[in-house]
Parts: sequence; structure tokens; C-alpha cells
Amino acid sequence: MKPIEIEEIEIDLILDAMFKRHGYDFRDYARASLKRRLMHRVISENLSHISEMFPKIMRDEAFFKRLLLDLSITVTEMFRDAGFYQAFRETIVPKLRVFPFFKIWHAGCATGEEVYSMAILLHEEGLLKKAQIYATDFNSRALESAKEGLYAADNLALHEKNYSDAGGKTALKDYYRAMYQSFKIHDFLKEKITFADHNLATDGVFGEMHVILCRNVMIYFNQKLQTRVLTLFLNSLDHRGYLCLGKKESLFTTGVVDAFERVSREYSIYRKK
Amino acid sequence: MNSQQKTVVIGVSAGGMEALTVIVKSLPKDFAPAMIIVQHQKEDSDNFLVHYLNERSKIPVVEAEDKQKIGAGRIYIAPPGYHLLVEGDEQFSLSIDAKVSFARPSIDVLFESAADVYAENLIGIILTGANSDGARGLKKIKDAGGTVIVQDPETAHTKAMPLAALALTKADYILPLEKIGPLLYNISGGTKDSKGIT
Ligand SMILES: C[S@@+](CC[C@H](N)C(=O)[O-])C[C@H]1O[C@@H](n2cnc3c(N)ncnc32)[C@H](O)[C@@H]1O
Repeated sequence: MKPIEIEEIEIDLILDAMFKRHGYDFRDYARASLKRRLMHRVISENLSHISEMFPKIMRDEAFFKRLLLDLSITVTEMFRDAGFYQAFRETIVPKLRVFPFFKIWHAGCATGEEVYSMAILLHEEGLLKKAQIYATDFNSRALESAKEGLYAADNLALHEKNYSDAGGKTALKDYYRAMYQSFKIHDFLKEKITFADHNLATDGVFGEMHVILCRNVMIYFNQKLQTRVLTLFLNSLDHRGYLCLGKKESLFTTGVVDAFERVSREYSIYRKK
Repeated sequence: MNSQQKTVVIGVSAGGMEALTVIVKSLPKDFAPAMIIVQHQKEDSDNFLVHYLNERSKIPVVEAEDKQKIGAGRIYIAPPGYHLLVEGDEQFSLSIDAKVSFARPSIDVLFESAADVYAENLIGIILTGANSDGARGLKKIKDAGGTVIVQDPETAHTKAMPLAALALTKADYILPLEKIGPLLYNISGGTKDSKGIT
């Protein structure tokens, strides 16, 4: 057997073990990047093979937490893909205005930058008062930082640029308090946000949303899991609700393409038929 | 796709547009392998490179998409801001993991995942560039039995990347750009197999 075939078996067994022992299901994640992440943990722990992680997954809680963090890629930005927020203002905001009250779900919110960007946008459009925003992720550490809203100042220049490219109406600094090497999001932006633990691979419907954003999460899934999650979104969306995916994601390789119409090709915005 | 069918991966950075133009222009219409390219670009670049090369190529040039099936006789370019990986069922996956060797897309990430899938049927090529991305990936291709080609550093717009690759791996071919296209046509064997065209 070739080494690569042995590795494949090791990965299958490790993923089964993680699911049976801890309930986390990575079996339908896209294999190539999953393998990179697993190998990263193998090397960090000074091991040589994936199968050596097996006893640790069984008995070592601290190890499992580290592994879980490796398997959750939380790289994010405020107003990432600024053009998306422009498109959101133009196409979705006018529709939201007509509702007395509406609900938005950020699935895979990571450390929260995307959610606060949305809260700022809605505030500038005078809609934040009418909104209820749910922000979920399966990474509890990321959810903790999201609730804090406290970020390193390193990327601030990028966030500011994104904000103005996104059609921001004042200045990003109106929305945070600058601290030593970090900045903290103002509390009024948090009032309408509920953070919750939710695993897209195993948990169920989140009801009656007017808009769902799930950006740069499903690229980590295989087509089977993508279709499962999209079906979940379909069933969680209100009549004619909107689904916003990452800039380089589309529904065309999945089983639900017929249930949606495309609103923006460039920014992957869809609407339930 | 039969098991003899080759796949080509190319990594290139500074000076890449000119270099890729030379290679792509030299490929005939019936060039069989899928060719997958990582060119380092600014994160917010549009797909100018795809259009530019497509206009100069006899083979269709497209931007690689998540979960897209990799087809013969096509040239795929990694989208700016994402890593591009090859999955076991010959599909692409994108990822936005942290940068690798300061780059996203990273050449190493593409090459390492492609080496796992294509092994001895993979041809890896490193062209001009000012960093060392791709050196590790090229070594993995060689170790998996694939063929490796490095642009002759003396002929490169910027030679750091070819030199870094050569420092880690013994290349099968070290060539100026004009010779790479014709060599690929020769070693990749034959023309498009009709099953491979989609
Ligand atoms: C790259 S971040 C995307 C953040 C943000 N949406 C953006 O586009 O900037 C991906 C997030 O998806 C989360 N994720 C991955 N698999 C998940 C799952 N099965 N259920 C819930 N969240 C998941 C990760 O924990 C991570 O925080």
C-alpha cells in the first residue's frame, strides 16, 4: 500500500473517533485542507503520523481542544469583500425597510468582525432598531472573542479601508474605542446580536430568517455536506428570504440550485424562490 | 480520465504575466493535460489575468471554482485571496486559511495537494518570482514520483523563486520559457482523449 493510501485510512479512522467520542463531525469536510490541518497538529505535537493522535483524542481533553481549534479556520475581516456590503445596501436593504421587524443569521461568524460590520451597516441605514441578529459558530473560543468585540489593532488600516470601500457613511472610528494596541466595538452595536453555539454539520434549523449569511464556511465542506447545510438554510429562510455566500462560492455544484434565484453573481447573493 | 493522463501545475510570482503568456501561447489547441496555475496577485485583484491569458491562448483559460471538476484541456487560475487545493476526486477546493510563505494563494498549498492526488502523473513547474513559495511543494511532487521543471534562473525576470526551488530539489528539466511549452507537449503524451473533454 502506498503511504498516501495508509494516510487516507488513518484520516477516516480519526474522523470516526472524533465523531463517536466527541460528537464533532468532520467526515464530510473537504479532505485536502482538512488533511493540512491535521498534519499541522501532528507536527505541532511532535508526532509523526495521524494515527498517533488516536489515544489523545480518546483521553486527552486539552489535546482535543487544540485539535478542534486547528480545524476551525477563523481568518476574517471587518467588511471583507467591501463590494458585497455595497451590493447588500443596494439590493437587500430596501427590502428590509418594509418589515416592522426582521431577523438575520450569520452562520460561521468566527470572531465576529462580519457581524459587527453588518450591525454598523444597519445602524447607518437606520434599520438596526428593527433587527434581531443571530451569530453562530461551533468554535466556542471564537464565539467568546466575538462577544467581547475586542480586536488587535494590527489590521485596523485594512478594516478602515474596507469600511470606506463598502460605502461607510462616517468613519469606522465612530464605532469603536481605541485602546493600547487594540480596539473595542461600542456596546450599542451588540444590543441586537445573540451569539450561540451551532454546528452546521449536526445541528438543526434556525427559524424564519429574512437573511442568512454564510460566507467562506462551506468551501471547507464537500458537496454532500454543502447540500445538507444549504437545505438547512432553505428551511430556515422566510418566504423570499436572502442567502449570502462568500464571493467565490456558488450554488451551482450543489443539490439546491433550483430552489434559489441569483440576485448578484459577483457577490453570490441568492433569493429563495 | 485514463491513468496516463498528465496534469500540470505552475507556480509563478513577480514577472508572471509575461512568463505565463509565453507558455500559454505556445500550447497547441489539442494540448491534453489540465493545467493549474497559481500566480501571486494582490488580494483584491479582479480576474484580469484570466481574460488576458484567455485572449492569447488556444485552450480555454478560466478561474478555478470551489468544487469544480478538473477537466482535461483547460487552464485554471487560482482566484486571488484564496488557497487552491486539489481534492481526491479531482475537484478543486478553496480555502482562506492564513497565508503560507506570505502568500494566498500559495504555490506550496496547491502543489502539495496535487502531489497527493496525481503522484507520478503530475508535472510541477516553478517560474520567475521574488520569494521561495513553491520550493517545498515542488519537492513533494518529486518525492511522489512526478516530473519537475524549473525555469532557468539566468533567464528569469526574477530568479529568487527558481533558485529556491533548485536548492531543495533536483529538477528534471531547467529550461528557458520558450522551451517549456514544447517540452510539455512532448512529455504529456498525445492529444485530448474525448472522454476528458467536458
Ligand atoms: C473562515 S471563517 C469565515 C468567517 C466570516 N464568515 C467571513 O467570511 O469572514 C469560517 C468559520 O466557519 C466556522 N465553521 C466551520 N465549520 C463549521 C460548522 N460545522 N458549524 C459552524 N461553524 C463552522 C469556523 O469555526 C470559522 O469560524
